[in-house]
Amino acid sequence: MGKGNKQYDTVIGLEVHIELATETKIFCGCSTKFGALPNTQTCPVCTGMPGSLPVLNQKVVEYAMALGLATNCRINRRTLFDRKNYFYPDNPQNYQISQLYAPVCQDGKLEIEVTAGAGKDVESGDGGKNTGTKKRKTIRIHEMHMEEDAGKLTHDEAAGISLVDYNRSGVPLIEIVSEPDMENAEEVIAYLEKLRMLCLYLGISDCKLQEGSMRVDVNLSVKEAGSDVLGTRTEMKNLNSFKAISRAIGTERERQIALLENGKAVEQETRRWDDAAGVSYSMRSKEDSKDYRYFPEPDVPPVLIDREWIEAIRSRQPEFQEEKSIRFVREYGIPAYDADILTQSKHLAALFEETAKVSGQPKKTANWFMGELLRLLKEAGKEPEELSFTPKHAADLIVAVEEGKINQANAKEVFARVVSEDAEPLSYMEQHGLLSLTDEGALQTAIDEVLAENPAIVEEFRGGKEKVFGFLVGQVMKKTKGKADPGTVNGLLRKSLESL
Amino acid sequence: MIEQMDALTLSEKIKKGTLGVAEAVGYYRDQIERKDGELKAFLTLAEGGLQERIAELQEGIRSGQYTGPLAGVPVAIKDNICTKGLRTSCASKMLENFIPSYDATVIQRLRDAGMLVLGKTNMDEFAMGSTSETSSFQITKNPWNPEYVPGGSSGGSAVAVAAGMAPLALGSDTGGSIRQPASFCGVVGLLPTYGRVSRYGLVAYASSLDQIGPMGRTVAECRALYEAIAGYDEKDGTSVPGTVRCLGKMRKMTATEYDGLSREEKQKRCMERIKGMRIGIPKEYLQAEMNGEVRDAIKNTATLLEQQGAIVEEMSLPLTEYGVATYYLLACAEASSNLSRFDGGKYGKRVEEKELHAMYKKSRTEGFGEETKRRILLGSFILSEGYYDAYYLKALKVKRLIKEEYENAFRTYDCLLTPVAPGTAPKLSTSLQNPLQMYLGDVDTVAVNLAGLPAISVPCGMDQKGLPFGVQFIGNAFCEQLLFDVAEAYEELRGVFPTVGERMTGNGKAGER
Amino acid sequence: MIRIDAEILEKAELLSKLQIEPSERERTMKEMEKVLSYAEKLNELDTEDVEPLTHGGWSGTMLRQDVVTNSDGKEGTLANAPKQTDDQFVVPKTV
Repeated sequence: MGKGNKQYDTVIGLEVHIELATETKIFCGCSTKFGALPNTQTCPVCTGMPGSLPVLNQKVVEYAMALGLATNCRINRRTLFDRKNYFYPDNPQNYQISQLYAPVCQDGKLEIEVTAGAGKDVESGDGGKNTGTKKRKTIRIHEMHMEEDAGKLTHDEAAGISLVDYNRSGVPLIEIVSEPDMENAEEVIAYLEKLRMLCLYLGISDCKLQEGSMRVDVNLSVKEAGSDVLGTRTEMKNLNSFKAISRAIGTERERQIALLENGKAVEQETRRWDDAAGVSYSMRSKEDSKDYRYFPEPDVPPVLIDREWIEAIRSRQPEFQEEKSIRFVREYGIPAYDADILTQSKHLAALFEETAKVSGQPKKTANWFMGELLRLLKEAGKEPEELSFTPKHAADLIVAVEEGKINQANAKEVFARVVSEDAEPLSYMEQHGLLSLTDEGALQTAIDEVLAENPAIVEEFRGGKEKVFGFLVGQVMKKTKGKADPGTVNGLLRKSLESL
Repeated sequence: MIEQMDALTLSEKIKKGTLGVAEAVGYYRDQIERKDGELKAFLTLAEGGLQERIAELQEGIRSGQYTGPLAGVPVAIKDNICTKGLRTSCASKMLENFIPSYDATVIQRLRDAGMLVLGKTNMDEFAMGSTSETSSFQITKNPWNPEYVPGGSSGGSAVAVAAGMAPLALGSDTGGSIRQPASFCGVVGLLPTYGRVSRYGLVAYASSLDQIGPMGRTVAECRALYEAIAGYDEKDGTSVPGTVRCLGKMRKMTATEYDGLSREEKQKRCMERIKGMRIGIPKEYLQAEMNGEVRDAIKNTATLLEQQGAIVEEMSLPLTEYGVATYYLLACAEASSNLSRFDGGKYGKRVEEKELHAMYKKSRTEGFGEETKRRILLGSFILSEGYYDAYYLKALKVKRLIKEEYENAFRTYDCLLTPVAPGTAPKLSTSLQNPLQMYLGDVDTVAVNLAGLPAISVPCGMDQKGLPFGVQFIGNAFCEQLLFDVAEAYEELRGVFPTVGERMTGNGKAGER
Repeated sequence: MIRIDAEILEKAELLSKLQIEPSERERTMKEMEKVLSYAEKLNELDTEDVEPLTHGGWSGTMLRQDVVTNSDGKEGTLANAPKQTDDQFVVPKTV
C-alpha cells in the first residue's frame, strides 16, 4: 500500500488486561462491585495509607492459573510480585504491584480461525467477520501476570483539577502478553474473541471492552515484506471497541509506512487512539520517566504453587467450546454447524442444553435457538451473555408447538416474550387467547358458517377454481381469531367442500 | 512506690486492686511532665479518650476481662506505629498532622491485653538515622548525660523507659534501631525474628528488614510485652503462621509446657538452661575498632556465662564487614519506593501548585528532611536502569551469603554474643556531618536484620564517661524464648543495673534497687 | 569507582520527585558518591552463582480468602485529605 513499490508486512503483538470477577480486591477485603459511590469501597491498603500491607487474594492466583492452563501455559512453581514505580495520582502508593521477574504463567498459545488467503494488506473495518474458507493459526502467548488496577480520575478542565476515586484501585487484573504473531486486524480480533470466550467459559471476567473490563494495547510495527528484520514498534492505547482496534491498526500501519517511505524513522513510543478523530497522538511527557525501577515486592512473599494445587485447578476446568460442541452433536444429534454456533457462548450453550433436556426435543430446540433466538439477539443488539430466560419456559413453548397447542406464527410472538421478559408461555398464551382451537366441533361450526356466508366463492371452487381455497382458509382463520391450526383447517375445509 | 516497680509488679498490684489504673497513668504522666521538658522523648501524649480508656480498663480488670501479665500498664509507642485517632508523624513534617483512622496490629494487641497507649515517642525521621537527631521536631537527649544522643532511631522509646517516664515501650528495628538506643540508654530491647511480629500499621522504611519489638528495663518485662504482640496476623503477608517456637538445642521443652511455668520457675529454668549451652563470639565483631571497655565487657560476660556451665568460644563470621554496605543499598532502595506514597495528594504535607508534578516535587522537598531525601535519592539511583544489577541485585546476593553464614553458625551454636555498637553514645550533633561514618556505626546490628534473625540487647556496663552500653545475644530464627532465657540468666549474673533516676538524683546505690 | 555527576543527580531527582537546592547539589553528589563507592566493597565477593535473596523471613505466603471484609471506608480514606470535593481527592489536572 506504500506509494513506492515496496510491500510491507504488519507485525502485531497484544497486551490484554482482563479485570477479574472476584468478590474482593487483589490485596484487601474491599468489594469490587462496579458503580459504588466514590471512595466507599476503599480501606488503608487500597488507598496506600502509611503502614498498610497487601495480602494476596487466593482467587486471583487461581483464576490466573485457570486461564494459563486453558491457553497451554507453563505455570511457574514460584511466582513473585514486583513493584513498578511511577508517580501518578490514580496509583495511591505511587507504585503498582505487578509481576516482572517471575510471572505466574509463561509460554502458552491460543489457536484462532481466520479467513484463508486473506491478503496481508487487508485491514477490514468490519470487525473481521469475513465469510470464506477458514484456516487455523497459532498465536503464542509470552506470559501472563497478575497486577492491581488503578483508581479513577475525572477531570475538571475549567477548574484545572482532577478528582480521584479509589474504588477501582486494587481490583485484580491479569495481563496477557502475546508474541508478535498477528498480521492484521482480523487475526487480532479473532484472538481477542477467543480469549474472551475462554474467560467467559472460566467465569473469571466478563471481558467488556466498552466498560473497561477488557483493555487492549496494540504493539505494532511494519517491515519490508519477507524481511526478517523487525521494525520499531509503537504501543497504542485507549482502544474501546473491536471497531476502534481495527481502525487503529489500519491507521497506524499507514502512518508508519508513510514515515518510512519519507525516509523518517518510527519512534518507539506509546500513542493514544482518538476514535472520534480517527487518529492517534504520542503520549510522551517530560515528567514521565520510563524508568520504572522494578524490584521484588518485599511485602508479598513468593507464591509457591505445588503440583497438587495445579491439578486441583485443572480438575475444576470447565468443558470448553470444542469439547462441548462435539458432545452436543453426539448427545443431541444436532448438526455440527449448529453445535459450533450454540457453544460460542457458554451461557447460550447452557440455555440450549437445559431447554433441550426439559423439552425432550433437542433438534427443535436447536432450530428455535439458531433461528429465532439469534435473530432476536441481533435485532436487540445484545450479547448472548445478556439472556436471562428460564429454560423451562422456552421448553414449555416448544412442547406446546409440537402438541399443536399453538400455531407457529403465534409461537414466535410468545417466544419473543419468553426471551425478552421470561414470560411463562402457557399462561401468556391463555391470557392473550393464543391457544389453538383444537375443538373440531367448534372449528366445523366456523367452517360451516364461512361456507354459508360465501356461496358465490364456494361455487367458483366447485367450478374448478382451486386458488379461492386459500381465501376460504383465511376467512376461517379470521373467524377463529387466528387460534386455529392452519393445517387442521385445511383438512376439515377440504372435507366439507367435497361433501357439499 | 511506682518508680521502684517493674511493669509486671505494677500490673499485679492493679489486678489485686491495691493500685488504680488512673494512679499508674497519673504517675507516668507526672514523670513526663517533670522530665520530658529536658529530655524530649515524647512527641504526642494520648489525650482524647484517655479517661474513658482508663475507666474501661479499670472495669475490665475488675470484671476479669483483662487478666494478662501487663493488664493496666501504660506503654510508650514509637511514632512510626499507627495509632487510631492519635497523631502518627514519624517525626516528619510530611506527617505533622496525620491522624490514622486505623490501629497497627501491635496496638490492637496491646489493647486486647489490657494495656494503654501513653504517648508517641520521638525518633529519626521515618526511622532513618542512628541518633534520633534527624527528627523534624526535636532533639531527644540521653538521660544519662543530656549532652549525648540517646541513639536511634527508637531514641524516644529508649529514653522514655530509661528515664522512668514509661515502664515499657515499643520501638522498631530495621538495622539496629531498637538494640542500639537500648544499649546507649541502659535498657533491654529485642529485635524479633522477621515475620514474628506483625508489621501492619508500622510505617515502612525498608519492608524486608523492619520489625517491631519491645523495650523495657528488664528482660522479664520485655518477654511479657513480646508475648502480647507476637504471632501470626492475617493483615501482614510476611507474618509467620502458626506458633513456630524454638527452645534451643538444650533441654527441649514444648511451648505449652513452657507457658505453664511461673515467673520464678522460668527464671530458675534460665540458669539451668545455660549449662552446656554453646555460645559463639564472632571475632570480627570484636575486631571492629571499638571502645576497649566494651571489648573487656564482652569477655567478662563470657566468663560469667562459662562459670554457669556455658561453653563459650570464639568463632568467625567473615562476611560481617559486608553487612553495612549490603544493608544501606537494600534499605535505601526499598525506602525510595516505600516513601513515594507521600506526595501531597491523599494525606500529609501539600504545597499547592498548578501543575501536578510541581506539587509532588514541592510537597516532598519541603516535607522530608535532609537524611530522608538523601536516602530516597540514593535508593532511586540504586534501582535505576543500568545500576540495578551492580548495586541492588549484588546486595540481594550478598544478603543470601550473610544469611547462610548465620545458618551455618547456628548448626554449632545456640546463640552468639556480640557488642551492640562499636562504642557508647556519641555527643549531640557530631554524627550527621558525616553520613557514611554514621552508617558504619551500625556494623554490629545490621547483619542480623539482613539474616532475619532475633537479637536482644541487654545492659552490661558503663564507660568512663558514665554512659551505659549493652551486649547483644543473637539467636537462630524463632528462638526468641531462648534469647530471653540467656538474657535473663545473664541479667541475674550481672546484678542489678543502675537506673537513671538514681544517677540523676544521686539517691540510692547501684545494685540495691 | 562510580562518579555521580549533575546528570545522574537530575535523574535521581526526577525519579524521586525531589529538588535539591543549588547550594546543596555539590555536597549531595559527593555524599552519594562516598556511600556508593563504599558499597562497591561488595565486589570483593564472588556472587556469580548465588541466587538473590529477595525476601526476608520464611518462604511462602498465607493467601487471603476472597470474602468481603471491609465496609464503607470513605470516612477514613478522606480523613487526612489535604483537599477534597464530592468525596474525592483533588489534585492538579493530570491531562
